[in-house]
Amino acid sequence: MQDAADGHVQNETRDNRSLVDNNTAQNLSSDDIEAMKRDGASGDTIVEALIANSSTFGKKTVFSQEKYKLKKQKKYAPKVLLRRPSTRSICETYFKKSPARIGFMRVDALSLLLSMANVGPYSDVLVVDMVGGLVVGAVAERLGGTGYVCSTYLGSSPSSIDIIRMYNLSSDMTSRIVQAPLGDLCSLQNSFNASSVLKDSIQAEGPEPNTVPVENTEPSIPQPVDTTVSDEKVQSSEIQPTNIDISEPTMDEQINQDDNSSLDCKGNDGSSIASKSLRAGKAPSPERMKYWNEHGFSSLIVAAPGHEVESFVADLLPLLSYSAPFAIYHQYLQPLAACMHSLQVSKTAIGLQISEPWLREYQVLPSRTHPHMQMNAFGGYILSGIRIHNGDACNGIQ
Amino acid sequence: MMVPLNPSAKPTSQRRIAEGDTVVVYERHDAMRAVAVRAGGVLQNRFGVFRHDDWLGRPFGCKVYSTGGGGGGGRGGGKAGAGFVHLLAPTPELWTLVLSHRTQILYIADISLVVAYLELVPGCVVFESGTGSGSLTTSLARAVAPHGRVCTFDFHEQRATSAREDFERNGLSSLITVAVRDIQSEGFPEEQRGAADAVFLDLPQPWLAIPSAGITLKQDGVLCSFSPCIEQVQRACEAMRSCFTDIRTFEILLRTYEVREGALKGATDNEECNAGPLPQKRRRLLPPAKTLDGIQNSSSVMVRPCSTAKGHTGYLTFARLRVHGS
Repeated sequence: MQDAADGHVQNETRDNRSLVDNNTAQNLSSDDIEAMKRDGASGDTIVEALIANSSTFGKKTVFSQEKYKLKKQKKYAPKVLLRRPSTRSICETYFKKSPARIGFMRVDALSLLLSMANVGPYSDVLVVDMVGGLVVGAVAERLGGTGYVCSTYLGSSPSSIDIIRMYNLSSDMTSRIVQAPLGDLCSLQNSFNASSVLKDSIQAEGPEPNTVPVENTEPSIPQPVDTTVSDEKVQSSEIQPTNIDISEPTMDEQINQDDNSSLDCKGNDGSSIASKSLRAGKAPSPERMKYWNEHGFSSLIVAAPGHEVESFVADLLPLLSYSAPFAIYHQYLQPLAACMHSLQVSKTAIGLQISEPWLREYQVLPSRTHPHMQMNAFGGYILSGIRIHNGDACNGIQ
Repeated sequence: MMVPLNPSAKPTSQRRIAEGDTVVVYERHDAMRAVAVRAGGVLQNRFGVFRHDDWLGRPFGCKVYSTGGGGGGGRGGGKAGAGFVHLLAPTPELWTLVLSHRTQILYIADISLVVAYLELVPGCVVFESGTGSGSLTTSLARAVAPHGRVCTFDFHEQRATSAREDFERNGLSSLITVAVRDIQSEGFPEEQRGAADAVFLDLPQPWLAIPSAGITLKQDGVLCSFSPCIEQVQRACEAMRSCFTDIRTFEILLRTYEVREGALKGATDNEECNAGPLPQKRRRLLPPAKTLDGIQNSSSVMVRPCSTAKGHTGYLTFARLRVHGS
């Protein structure tokens, strides 16, 4: 079919001058088609019959014949293809099916967040994910079972990160996802005195109100996190001796996780992969918290498309190591502009830039190459920058 | 070390700048350069003279002042009229902005889409041709580290050598193999059949290399071809149709925005407004509510797209190797 079309590209003489839209071109009625279906005719047979009974098919150009076939095939002989899930396919699917759930974050914006935040092996990535876990899952995928993704939240209960179930993460990768309230992370900071905003908002906010309109297309699964968090905290503080020089997970931490696996293992599809128990979102060990307090997180990603981010970011930046990059996503421009301005004034970050990706897909066919007629016009805004060390101790003048 | 290969190699607040480190010297968002720190070393720029010895032992991300001689007051006019710069830990994103251009390079928007659509994760094996200046290669290495591999090929011997040196300096040689080879005429090495999770082509005639890319890829592996011209894309897509599926072509661009605090004149106000949206390049950032004359100008943060932008970089065509028997 393709070759035939290619061959005719140069010398197509037909056009649409004789085509009249009077709904008489097709001789098969819908009853005829229903009858064929009842007799068990295959989709391809129906398409062939439709072509044979179309009085105008032969008069169409090869291009429009091809288009006609494809359209009918889609209707009567749909095909599905099974694919391994990945950040790309998960984000594309949510963006198409329920974009509000992921704060209208297009796949190119998500890709940019991951690059701008320098997500790579052994990173300790601090994440605020109010897009259902899309970002947490994508970071965990890039970490590949090394480093940590620490998902932090305001208030007392974490926002849902259900979407990470879609990533088919191995238990190694899942164990690298931890959740900690922002208050806990900040209270470890010595410099935690100025951030009154945070204290207020913690008290005021309570359980996270989801201001993003949520299309609940998915069966929501119960969140095991609430109970585990407290259990885990008690447990780990009992079991683990305070070890200051900890750099990477110790055996204790591993054991701890194994102990707990019965609590929050829900083996999403039981039969397939037994090892793939879900135990994401545990509280980090006190040693881990201490390590982060002293060394800082390697980078930060914020995706809170329904929130004001300025004060959020002011509290989060001190948690980063010096020279750590960050990327803030938003569906609106104003909150990022305000945030960028206050960072410029406070001189806590450099390399500040707001960018908006623009993505256009093309139809590439012989003699028919052009951009898609329909495109998505908006995939979100990103504010990126680099945290700096703003003590003046670096004066090089003697 | 740009991509940590073990947990202790990542930059943290405890890490200090040491001899041999590469630092990115940040003057402005559009003026940066990579510098290898060495004892006795000196950096001279329009802000003055900076001695590497003053940098040793400082944390990454710190601000350092010149020892005087800064031209025209320097930036910010810090201590004693000396200029200053920031010393940053190198990342693949910063590297893209500071590397020496031996060829046209890929920038962050294209790079991030390539890495996402090639579905690269730690442990993957990815083949690339040509190496060019190594901008994309560095990001590919981060994506597949610590146990994956990037095999990159360029037919230009000198370019390959320079790229190899760069990767060595950035601590990436255990992740990246650079080879001199003309992929368009010779194809990828035969012995690498079925070895690649992903293949990236940035070649003038990508269609010549596509059959070889098909052989080098694992089943279901993803191919990407980057071409600036649509005619190249057209021929590449034709070559892909025989053994690839899910062929999709994209163009990605970034629009950037500038932010400024100011006040607009009221409809009835004819007086000169000191903070109007005039094209002042680097307006001093005043703290809010500090307007002159005590006039209650409601100053606000305003944002608009930057006037200049890249209009085109290239088309990215992605395709997936068909699984046999489907």
